[in-house]
Amino acid sequence: MPNVSRKRHHRQYAKAFPVFALSISLFGFSIFYLIPFAISLVYAFVENPVQMNFVGFRNFIELFQNKFFILGFKNTFIFMAFAIPLSMISSLLLALALKRLGRMGNLFSVIFLIPLVLPSATTVQFWMGIFADKGVLNGFLHRFGLEGPSWLAGSYTMGVMIFIYIWKNLGYNTVLFLAGLHTIPEVYYSCASIFGASRWQRFSHVTLVYLTPTFFLVFIMSFVNSFKIFREVYLMQGEFPHESVYLLQYFVNNTLLSLNYHRLVSAVYVLTLVIVLVVVIAFKFEDRFSENLSD
Amino acid sequence: MKRKRLLLFLIVMCFSLLWIGPLVLTVINSFAPITKGESDTISINEIRDKDEEGFTEISFLLEAYSLEQYEEILIKTPVYLNMFWNSVIITVSVVAGSVIVSTLGAYGFTMLRFRGKELLFLVYIVVMLLPLQVTLMPNYLIAGFLGIENSYLAIILPAVFNPFGVFLLRQQMKVLPEECMEAAKIDGAGHPQIFFYITLPMVKSGIAALVMLLVIEYWNLIDQAIIFIKRIEQYPMSVFLARINKEASGISYAAATFYIIPVLALLCYGHEYLKEGIGLMNVKGR
Repeated sequence: MPNVSRKRHHRQYAKAFPVFALSISLFGFSIFYLIPFAISLVYAFVENPVQMNFVGFRNFIELFQNKFFILGFKNTFIFMAFAIPLSMISSLLLALALKRLGRMGNLFSVIFLIPLVLPSATTVQFWMGIFADKGVLNGFLHRFGLEGPSWLAGSYTMGVMIFIYIWKNLGYNTVLFLAGLHTIPEVYYSCASIFGASRWQRFSHVTLVYLTPTFFLVFIMSFVNSFKIFREVYLMQGEFPHESVYLLQYFVNNTLLSLNYHRLVSAVYVLTLVIVLVVVIAFKFEDRFSENLSD
Repeated sequence: MKRKRLLLFLIVMCFSLLWIGPLVLTVINSFAPITKGESDTISINEIRDKDEEGFTEISFLLEAYSLEQYEEILIKTPVYLNMFWNSVIITVSVVAGSVIVSTLGAYGFTMLRFRGKELLFLVYIVVMLLPLQVTLMPNYLIAGFLGIENSYLAIILPAVFNPFGVFLLRQQMKVLPEECMEAAKIDGAGHPQIFFYITLPMVKSGIAALVMLLVIEYWNLIDQAIIFIKRIEQYPMSVFLARINKEASGISYAAATFYIIPVLALLCYGHEYLKEGIGLMNVKGR
């Protein structure tokens, strides 16, 4: 019954305004994202955009034979495999600490957000001063008679980039975790205490369990943000990076600038497919967990 | 218990020094006199002290203070101010356009009921999650088609229609109490009135959060400018700052400080909104 009355109610209202409102966004979204994205699929299957010879999956096969694409893919994967979990753990720890600090913690959370607003050039300038061959860190090691390695062009470079990623995104993820922590009612904790739960049990059975949706969100955001580290990598390493930090974005940028359309488009489609896959799997995991939660 | 909290406080404080350090050092060094350095050293070494072995040292006190750097960027060489205005133009256009398009789009998504709406919204979310390097491809193709590939429009227009704003604001509009709208309808308000007098005032904090997140994103943009902007005098200052660092002209700290001030002021003023905005993503929109 309420459904019927609602429908009638709606009919009385001229929907012109909301239709107009949505169509502005939809129009621009289609023009700048959807349509070119869809049309470009054609490029992935032709030899070049002018002659339009259909070549099937050859572009994709060539892509996977391209050693720079493979290198970029591998490096990006290694970067994420370390950066995302480490970043999630450290921001959870910080969020727990800040929550215990109460109002002071609130003030600190602003400080940890500062790297987010710093221009990448400034960030890079500071960390280059620390990690350069004659930088602060090597100077410190030198004082103890140690010979510091070349942090920015060697096997440690990836580690430095992961560190900078964690440093930069710590505040953002911490704020997400703090928001999640505040949604857990205090009653749950006192309830657990009454039943004799130890502090560790309260953490693992209450905090971790009810933070599941937040974990999911932080993972998605970390995944998205981990592509943004390219700014810093590019500013530190320039056009010709050390081999270990040749990220996928270098490959995409270079093919874009060299106007190699079919390679660009096939690379972008492969990347999109992987990303959608990761997101779908994450969504599925989250569904499974939240089902358990409501049981 | 008290002692433990104090210990925790001290640990967090020590850590936070590493997060505030770059800002403090940049500001302090901006008051150093200009020293034109040899070209083979990176600029950070020139202003900060070196010990006898040639390693960079961090010092929070300068030997001499001066406003030379500021004089150089603000008065003597107008090109720096120019770059600053380039950034202002890009960021303000993106923020203004995006707020208009996103509030309207989110309102449409909230109010309309049609088949495939949730599917369409899912497409919005997927595109929102794609990294910049992926969405640059369609942006680049369409910019070439429209003939705007060497102008700011190639950066601004895709940013204005980025689905992120619609997503964020719909999350907030969704949880607004339906009774308000119903009451307004009964009183004879049409959709435009509801939008301007009820919905907009109620999502003010969401809009503020969107503004903060957009400013952070586009004030520091680099990738799009490298792709689309060919003429150096058109670069936004975020890209130009990196160049200044490389040229080691001794004014990079003042230029950076000058550039940070607007966003830092925004962070101090609106950090609660920023947190609310980040927290808003927590309300799942599926």
